[in-house]
Amino acid sequence: MSNMVIKQTLLSLAVAGAATLAQADVVIGVAGPHTGAYAAFGLQLWKGAEKAAADINAAGGLNGEMIKLVKADDACEPKQAVSVANRLVDLDDAVAVVGHFCSSSSIPASSIYEEAGVLMVTPASTADGLTDPGLPNVFRVCGRNDQQADVAASYMVGTLNAKRIAIIHDKDSYGKGLADTTKATLNSYGVKEVMYEGLTRGEKDFNALVTKVRSVDADVVYFGGLHSEAGPLVRQLREQGSKAIFMSGDGIVSDEFVSVAGSPKYVDGILMTFGANPTSYPSGKKVIEAFRSDGYEPEGYTLYSYTAMQVVAAALSNNNLDPVKGADWLKSHSVQTVMGKKDFDSKGDLKVSDYVMYEWNAKGEYHQLN
Amino acid sequence: MDIVLQQLVNGLTLGSVYGLIAIGYTMVYGIIGMINFAHGDVYMVSAYITAIAIALLTFFGIESFPIIIIGTLFLTVAVTGAYGWVIERIAYRPLRNSSRLSVLISAIGMSLILQNYVQLSQGANQQGVPTLLSGALRFNVGDGFVQITYMKIFIIVASLIGMGVLTYIIQKTKLGRMCRATQQDRKMASILGINTDRIISIVFVIGATMAALAGVLITLDYGAFDFYVGFIIGIKAFTAAVLGGIGSLPGAMLGGLVLGLSEALFAGLISSDYKDVFSFSLLVLILIIRPSGLLGKPEVEKV
Repeated sequence: MSNMVIKQTLLSLAVAGAATLAQADVVIGVAGPHTGAYAAFGLQLWKGAEKAAADINAAGGLNGEMIKLVKADDACEPKQAVSVANRLVDLDDAVAVVGHFCSSSSIPASSIYEEAGVLMVTPASTADGLTDPGLPNVFRVCGRNDQQADVAASYMVGTLNAKRIAIIHDKDSYGKGLADTTKATLNSYGVKEVMYEGLTRGEKDFNALVTKVRSVDADVVYFGGLHSEAGPLVRQLREQGSKAIFMSGDGIVSDEFVSVAGSPKYVDGILMTFGANPTSYPSGKKVIEAFRSDGYEPEGYTLYSYTAMQVVAAALSNNNLDPVKGADWLKSHSVQTVMGKKDFDSKGDLKVSDYVMYEWNAKGEYHQLN
Repeated sequence: MDIVLQQLVNGLTLGSVYGLIAIGYTMVYGIIGMINFAHGDVYMVSAYITAIAIALLTFFGIESFPIIIIGTLFLTVAVTGAYGWVIERIAYRPLRNSSRLSVLISAIGMSLILQNYVQLSQGANQQGVPTLLSGALRFNVGDGFVQITYMKIFIIVASLIGMGVLTYIIQKTKLGRMCRATQQDRKMASILGINTDRIISIVFVIGATMAALAGVLITLDYGAFDFYVGFIIGIKAFTAAVLGGIGSLPGAMLGGLVLGLSEALFAGLISSDYKDVFSFSLLVLILIIRPSGLLGKPEVEKV
């Protein structure tokens, strides 16, 4: 028996050796919802990572080796995220992953990467529970929900002077996490929410919930979730004659939000928290122009994904392509990216977060508020 | 008070579309004793056809709402009906004399095929259609108000007309008599000269057209859909069909209304988190008391 195990191990070693000799590439996974209701975000992730990898390869690659990207589709489903994570680790021999998008996918996948010693940098997952367990391999180039909730809560209480706040979430790691921390922050300011309810992802009829919002006479509706539910929700709010201000987080940052809501007039005046305009950094100017000359507007998380790839590249190239040492290295070194200099703390979060408030207008565009 | 009234309106609109889709489940079950799991995806296909039809009509410069809606309805019902016919022809008819389980698996396969086909051909993104009919009626009730959009009124009226026409066809016409005869005893009906294969095809087409009607109405109202949208609503409509008594046409309509109203009232007055828990508990309760559903006939065991 043990003899057979040894034989098998030797065999697999030989096969693995042959594979690495055959392709001297550095395999990096790009994991996110490339299909499904959230595929618009998956596209943003892919565009950013693809461009970054192409630019790095054009400049000579990582220590002379080329980056080879592998698309991994989790469809924003935790179960599928686990299986694509296993595939990336076992079959594709990925050393690092840019992704995932949804926090509920990133969290279960992160422990698989940790066991396999794979570096993970997410451009978009903001749930506190992703970095709070302190896995050594997990990083993010976006902020955290509690930082985002802080900006949202102080805006509601300070600027809007809201007295009656209704909180709605989509019962998912990201959306409920954001709603929970916002609720806690509001309560710490002494404001008690008038309503706290969940809706089901994938449904389109929220009329009953909307009537309830009306019945509690809310002046602000805060939604923790993604654009495919936020769109119908805000439309039904307006159709039932509610004039409450609608506020959400960085889960609705996509042009698709307007088409899902049905018309730009429904998104007029909607507030959202998102990182300070990612296209505003001088260091990103060249890349943004390159994107635009290709006919692609780098919206939402595109530049975050580019940044995540740069962080991965810096960690690998400075540590002989060793992802475990690279993860360690990131915690004490800063990285120059298209979104400025990034420093990570011991948990893998950014040392400085830059959440600000944005507003959508009647043309269906969003712009930063001062 | 105004809130309860508003929730009744919400429940009524939701329930009437559940009822329309449930008709497809219940008629197919009645006639060949199978659950057509691809039915929710037929509804999803009709949502895409609705968007395509609206785009086509506006492309030809038609702007008046009645013409757009009639044109869209006509196109969607025709194309979706054709889908229903083709699905029955390629996925179910070859298995007519095999075990129930094979047909069930074939239905699940069909559902996956439709989802992936639409995803590949139309893209995985969320799609949207612009609002065609805006404006709302507003009634003052006490201190508050009840607001019903014209679209919601249109949904309720159109579903009632759809259900009425269908009931008339089944109860009063020769085609309806043949459908009922095939449902009661397929072998006897075919001995008496009814082409039962053709009747079964027609039942699939009728189910698909009702789903298409629901698809047009919901797509115009909510505006947003994707290739996965048939799943949840399909499960809900199936629940409605079972609730009302699967196999019974009025049962499907009643089941849809009961499910829609109970969801809206529970979500609105108690908790939206647990509305599905409540609906399914209600289903369990009703099945305990009346195992064949609200209007279903108890099954007679043939010896």
